[in-house]
Amino acid sequence: MSYLEYHAKSTPTGLRKVLYLNWGLTLLLATVTCVGFLMLYSVAGGSFTPWVEPQVKRFALGLGVMFVVAMIPIWFWRNISVVAYLGSLALLVAVELFGTVGMGAQRWIDIGFMRLQPSEVTKIALVMLLAAYYDWLPPEKTSRLLWVLLPVALILIPTALVLKQPDLGTSILLMAAGGGVMFLAGVHWAYFVAVIAAGVGLVSAVFQSRGTEWQLLKDYQFRRIDTFLDPSQDPLGAGYHITQSKIALGSGGWSGRGFMQGTQSRLNFLPEKHTDFIFTTLAEEFGFIGGVTLLSIYMLIIVFCIASAIAAKDRFSSLVIMGIAITFFLFFAVNMSMVMGLAPVVGVPLPMVSYGGSAMLVLLGAFGIVQSAHIHRPRQASR
Amino acid sequence: MKRNPKDLDAANSKMTRRALFLGGLQLAFAGGLAARMRYLQVDQADEFRLLAEENRINIRLLPPARGQIFDRNGLIIAQNSPSYRITVVPEDAGDVEAVIAKLSKLVSLDPEDLERARTEMRRSPPFLPITLADQIGWEDISKVAVNAPALPGVTPEVGLTRVYPQLGDFAHVIGYVGPVSDYDLSKMEDPEPVLMIPRFQIGKVGFEARREDLLRGKAGAKRVEVNATGRVMRELDRREGISGADMQLTIDAGLQNYVQARLGRESAAAVVIDCENGDIRAICSSPSFDPNLFVRGISVADYRLLTEDNYRPLSNKAVQGTYPPGSTFKMITALAALENGVIGPEETVWCPGHLKVAGRRFHCWKRAGHGRVDLNTSLKRSCDVYYYDVAIKTGIDKISEMANLFGLGIKHDLPMSAVAQGITPTKAWKSSSYGKDWLIGDTANSSIGQGYMLASPLQLAVMSARLATGRSVTPRLLKTIDGVEQPSGAGEPLPVSENSLRMVRRGMYSVSNDRRGTAYRSRIVPKEMEMAGKTGTSQVRNITAAERAAGVIRNEDLPWERRDHALFVCFAPYDKPKYAVAVVVEHGGGGSKAAAPVARDVMLQALYNGTPPLEAYPKADRSRIKAQQERLERERVKRPLGSRSSRA
Repeated sequence: MSYLEYHAKSTPTGLRKVLYLNWGLTLLLATVTCVGFLMLYSVAGGSFTPWVEPQVKRFALGLGVMFVVAMIPIWFWRNISVVAYLGSLALLVAVELFGTVGMGAQRWIDIGFMRLQPSEVTKIALVMLLAAYYDWLPPEKTSRLLWVLLPVALILIPTALVLKQPDLGTSILLMAAGGGVMFLAGVHWAYFVAVIAAGVGLVSAVFQSRGTEWQLLKDYQFRRIDTFLDPSQDPLGAGYHITQSKIALGSGGWSGRGFMQGTQSRLNFLPEKHTDFIFTTLAEEFGFIGGVTLLSIYMLIIVFCIASAIAAKDRFSSLVIMGIAITFFLFFAVNMSMVMGLAPVVGVPLPMVSYGGSAMLVLLGAFGIVQSAHIHRPRQASR
Repeated sequence: MKRNPKDLDAANSKMTRRALFLGGLQLAFAGGLAARMRYLQVDQADEFRLLAEENRINIRLLPPARGQIFDRNGLIIAQNSPSYRITVVPEDAGDVEAVIAKLSKLVSLDPEDLERARTEMRRSPPFLPITLADQIGWEDISKVAVNAPALPGVTPEVGLTRVYPQLGDFAHVIGYVGPVSDYDLSKMEDPEPVLMIPRFQIGKVGFEARREDLLRGKAGAKRVEVNATGRVMRELDRREGISGADMQLTIDAGLQNYVQARLGRESAAAVVIDCENGDIRAICSSPSFDPNLFVRGISVADYRLLTEDNYRPLSNKAVQGTYPPGSTFKMITALAALENGVIGPEETVWCPGHLKVAGRRFHCWKRAGHGRVDLNTSLKRSCDVYYYDVAIKTGIDKISEMANLFGLGIKHDLPMSAVAQGITPTKAWKSSSYGKDWLIGDTANSSIGQGYMLASPLQLAVMSARLATGRSVTPRLLKTIDGVEQPSGAGEPLPVSENSLRMVRRGMYSVSNDRRGTAYRSRIVPKEMEMAGKTGTSQVRNITAAERAAGVIRNEDLPWERRDHALFVCFAPYDKPKYAVAVVVEHGGGGSKAAAPVARDVMLQALYNGTPPLEAYPKADRSRIKAQQERLERERVKRPLGSRSSRA
């Protein structure tokens, strides 16, 4: 009987759970989503179609999912994490076999009412499984080699499948989030130093492989990296995205050009303005102030999650909250770095803001788990 | 699994530490992002703002209106007319083929144009207009405008195109404009951006090409906002261009029209110069062509018709064609001899019909010979032997020097294409061009304007004007630029004694007023308008000794291209010269028969500034002249003056 189950009796039950929701977190998420609505309205040229309307519907659906997930006790989620992990692996295999090819990658499965991106589900399932693993593993075994290699394998299996789609961005996110959970679980820091060193070696090997027969990345991936390193090389070709994005961002200035006044996005110079590059539009129209405000809200969400994780006294809750927070952080950090020209264009959306169904649904579901952990955290009996 | 609560607590606090550490890392990264944002949006904002403006703002050139060209009386010669085009925007049309089918029921569409439009459609974005028909009539445009609701995406558009209402009269002077070609661009070192406007017209030949600098004007510009695919969203501002300069020529369109009609279908050229100031009153080359054909792009069939005509309608014979001046050169030889004291005006030369020069016989055109010949008779009856004799005594270099003084062998700077320099041979010239020594026989040939000697009709007219005035009259074609009068070509007095000039003029007077003169039949009757002239008949073939023995074949019996060129130069009135005229009829036969009557008619037309009265002609010719005047009057109706040309 774990610590969590031992104290379960003092958790709220029934509709009283609603009162114990992390309302601050909910409010922050809603705020960010509303910023998304605003920007989608703007990039559509002042129209609710084609993006705002479906996005609102999805948010409503996602909110419902979040509440339902939050109501279910956190130990249920711990108990099904192995199933969730295996299910997501099955989906990844399915997408490989039956998926729809879009943007040069097999990523979607059409499940009728929406297109599901299994890699989104995988991110959360992986975090859940790792959290459950370390909840089960006695802490003293955490840093032993065998018990380190097992979670590494658990991370690498979905990573390899996602990389095969090919989706470099998501696979890096998976590894980073998995690594983050392992770090939090207390794996000795020397492992991380070793992995980082190996990673640097691998990167140099990847570049060495270019143009040889055993080339490790696809040509388009190399080109993206090239473009990232020197966008001016090919300003109308592959470098176009980054160059135009920086122009849009920079021209926003201190306070922006005003709502719906961004010429770069309005005149279509900006690519993917409603998905991956939506932050650019925000920064163009609301300037430095707008950009930093959104960044601050995101960071507040992270801070709420960390506080919640520390407050949770069982390992699964803490690890799953932190894992989800890391995933969330990686989403917006990578996206922002990308549009600011700090990272290659890898196709990571801005969480809760970019137009897109499965990412938002999965994230809200994940925050449902965070809420569940918050509600069902052990507390002093309050009667 | 059993757990040690102590271990658990230790693990928990370790996790808390690591969570805070990770949180710190994340905050630091967020700080880095904020710093980057600050760098892009605050430090470099101006630069990026500029780049964004460059992205969005496109400059579109507005073609300037080309300068118009008028004759000396303000009659329009080259103008800009609205030209109507039908364009279609495929995106707005929907089913383009259906729209085209409907449109072709209303107006006739050229299948060639349609084919070009279809190719263009496949290449360009669907929101850009495609030209379906160019230069269509007002009626057709009205039909399209009225039926606009049934023709989605179709727009009638208006632009400017060059029109030459005088049709062929000025084709050789003005030349024509045409759309800029890749070849034109390749010739230019730094082409103006305005030349990149599709179908922008520039001068291709003639005056249009030579004064392109002033006629073109300066392009205006409008700034438009475009989106990433280049679609124009709105116009931001506009600066109109500066029209090209309007030009006035010295030519009298009425006279030009008459001369062109008078030359008719002959392969000929005529130039009328104002002796007082060098103004070119008329300069014609026949046959001519309609320059409007070239403006839009001439069809292959029409072009072949022009190039395969052995009368060479495309060449400007008046300035570009060079001919042996024949006997019209004799005044120059005479002046050179007189000025160098080789012969006095009263001294005579015996003409037995030939002269032996260096063992070779040089024949006079009259086999029987002219007998005793003085200067006046030599000009009047065009005796060749007289000139062989005095030329050999004078020497070729002095003769050429005199010719240059009178505008032969000199490239006159006229704003026309391919103005020829001609040739006035000298000993040095022959040794440098042919590497051979000058022969005495060459001098004999040159003395009567044969051999190497070549002159254009323009040069012959200039020569006549200089003979008439004794001044270095310089031809002038451009009268005013934007109303500013250009320098006159009156010229300075020539370094030739008035006495010699008077003797030569007297000889020319006899040519057309003495009963025995070669052009007596083409005289002008009224005393105050009497004409002085000189006939010329220049051989284009060698007459062999055998032919000479058997009797020289008459021109009429030769094929056209082997017949002699007929020339005539003149000025009038004799007392107070006003106009100088030169006429060359290619392969026309004798100068007195083929060229002199034309020159006389042209001169009279110029002197009377219109159709001359029949009294100006010799009695015997009046009925024939009357018929000719009526015929020309009828023909000139076909060349309506001042009216807009219908699309040819």
